Amino acid sequence: MATIRTDRPPDVASTQVTHKPALLLSEEHHLCPGCGHPVAWRILLEVLSELKLEKRAIGVIGHGCYTMAATLSDIEWLQCLHGRAPAVATGVKRVQPQAAVFTLQGDGDCATEGLHEIMHAASRGEALTCIMLNNGVFGDTGGQMTATTVVGQRTKTSLEGRDPAVHGHPVPLADILSILPGAAYVARGAVNNAGSVAQTKRFVTQAFETQLAGGFAFVEILTMCPTGWFVPTKDGPDYVAGTFEDTFPVRQLKPTW
Amino acid sequence: MAVDLLQGSDAVAMAALAADCRFFTGYPMLPFTGLLESFARLMPERGGVCLNSASELEGINMALGAAAAGARAGTGSCGQGVALMQEGIAEAALDELPLVIFTMGRGQQDYFQCTRGGGWGDYRTLTMAPKDVAEAVEQTQLLFHLADTYRAPVILYGDYLIGDTHMSVDVSRRDYGPLPPKNWALDGTTGGTGHSRQIWSWAMGTVNDPGLGPDGQWKKVAAKFADLAGTESRHETYQSDDAEYLVVSFGTSGPFVDFVVDELRADGIRIGSFRPITLWPFPEKALREISEGCRQVLVFEVNAGQMVDDVRLSVADRGKVSEIGGVSIDYSGMRQGELLDAMSIRDAVLQAIHGGES
Amino acid sequence: MTVLTRGTVTVNVEQCKGCELCIPACRPGVLRMSSAVNGHGFAYPELSEGCTACRACYDVCPDFVFEVFKFAVPVRSEEAADGG
Repeated sequence: MATIRTDRPPDVASTQVTHKPALLLSEEHHLCPGCGHPVAWRILLEVLSELKLEKRAIGVIGHGCYTMAATLSDIEWLQCLHGRAPAVATGVKRVQPQAAVFTLQGDGDCATEGLHEIMHAASRGEALTCIMLNNGVFGDTGGQMTATTVVGQRTKTSLEGRDPAVHGHPVPLADILSILPGAAYVARGAVNNAGSVAQTKRFVTQAFETQLAGGFAFVEILTMCPTGWFVPTKDGPDYVAGTFEDTFPVRQLKPTW
Repeated sequence: MAVDLLQGSDAVAMAALAADCRFFTGYPMLPFTGLLESFARLMPERGGVCLNSASELEGINMALGAAAAGARAGTGSCGQGVALMQEGIAEAALDELPLVIFTMGRGQQDYFQCTRGGGWGDYRTLTMAPKDVAEAVEQTQLLFHLADTYRAPVILYGDYLIGDTHMSVDVSRRDYGPLPPKNWALDGTTGGTGHSRQIWSWAMGTVNDPGLGPDGQWKKVAAKFADLAGTESRHETYQSDDAEYLVVSFGTSGPFVDFVVDELRADGIRIGSFRPITLWPFPEKALREISEGCRQVLVFEVNAGQMVDDVRLSVADRGKVSEIGGVSIDYSGMRQGELLDAMSIRDAVLQAIHGGES
Repeated sequence: MTVLTRGTVTVNVEQCKGCELCIPACRPGVLRMSSAVNGHGFAYPELSEGCTACRACYDVCPDFVFEVFKFAVPVRSEEAADGG
């Protein structure tokens, strides 16, 4: 097959159909090849621009590989202690109710260290958009197990695979939050293929619209971490589909259709 | 200047509200609970927010968020609850966020917690220990001003006596002078400008506006506290000018000690008292000068010996220093037990002076 | 056989980390990884005829390698018999 040149835009009449987010300050995120976090981050920046929230957004970000977003995105950020983002965001939102306040945490930060904080923010129905990037591993510290590591998943602290007899079972956070009366919108998406990316972007959009209407919204996003999973880079998407989605079904949980 | 007979918790809450505190949160734990209830009752009419936090950990982090968003914010607990807040207090110090923490102690076993801090990093917490409700009212307002001046978390060290005693006090607003605007506070509006605001204890900044980085930020914060130490120390003395014997105490122990000083002066003993008002920065220079001519420095505190460490560091001749206090908590854990009784303090002073004879 | 090309992409070769997620994502299957490597040692995607401007490559790429363009008028071409 002939190779088409791709080093510059086409000479013939055409429309550019993709645009890097306006709020992106730099593409140099230094995350691993095949990491799902930058895809979720891109979705977030696109949604903030499309909903015209640039001058209202305050991101409350935890500790993880994704924390790079605070150095590379042109919105206001408050970086906080591991697990505490929903509590910090509560304080921010109560004082600046007109702001579009969101949290961005990994599963280690949110479902493990910070399970208490996210549960109570959801129960209180704080008008927040809480986003959890779930790859079932503490990636930033080298790949230890978290509360969402799935049964059988190998990590540095579950080298033979998570065994329920020893390590118990993972926490399906989106499912748990969906039964709380205080939570108005709950969804779980993924970023392992183009279809899931498009669906997750709809979820994130609705999660911000829920906040603007005064309700609590939570979006869990399954992201690839081939490094933490000990799988080849290009097998990350299949690992999400085959291993993760069995435990963490991808769908909108609340409201249900 | 209106003076009202008020319960301490109400008086402190009113003083905070007069100082424009507009966010308060806490988890019930005596003797802090009365303060939380006062804020819950009084905050709504001022248009602020008072929230029950689901834990002390949640409370300090909510207050930190409110401070980051520009509000005068407060929280607190009993010392055992403030133990859970240590990480958050340290983070607020490294973030350079103003916050007033009300540590309502049981006894006086929280001195180390206030002055050494249990959080991580090269930070200090300016701490004031009022002797009565009137001082607590004044110091509450002053602390909100100092927190904003230095952009740091600060502590009001109160206790059961402060919270539950009624006193005639004036809780109207005090003016400590102008402060710079909080241009650093977050409200979303600098988004999309290429120079959006960021609050991060590692001060990473953005690719457009690189920050100091952790090394630079932490050095900056440490230098700020060194500077604060030189300017904000406060203390009070009573009959210390010609004293041979100096009793050092803090907080609500002060009036009891001063009562004993009066009694023993009437018996001809040249005795006086020294009371640090700021537990940190500890008034070490003042104590060194005042204790110069004393034969003994007696430290009365309701704990197993915490402030005595700072007294020994301050006094030129450590050999002069002895402890006459002790742990003293009643079975409910609320009051300061048998020890906070002027006559037993008097006996302890005499025993120290006469070396065993009363 | 006639190949209809409805669009094209730009590839920022030096941005690519060789993760290959774009290859299975491409619906008409017109991306393949290069045999050459970029300055960081990674292979990168190369494009052949038949792009539909579906933008799946852009959507799945973690590294902002692609921009996608849709032609005003699709381009027809004959694919060589040997596929080379």
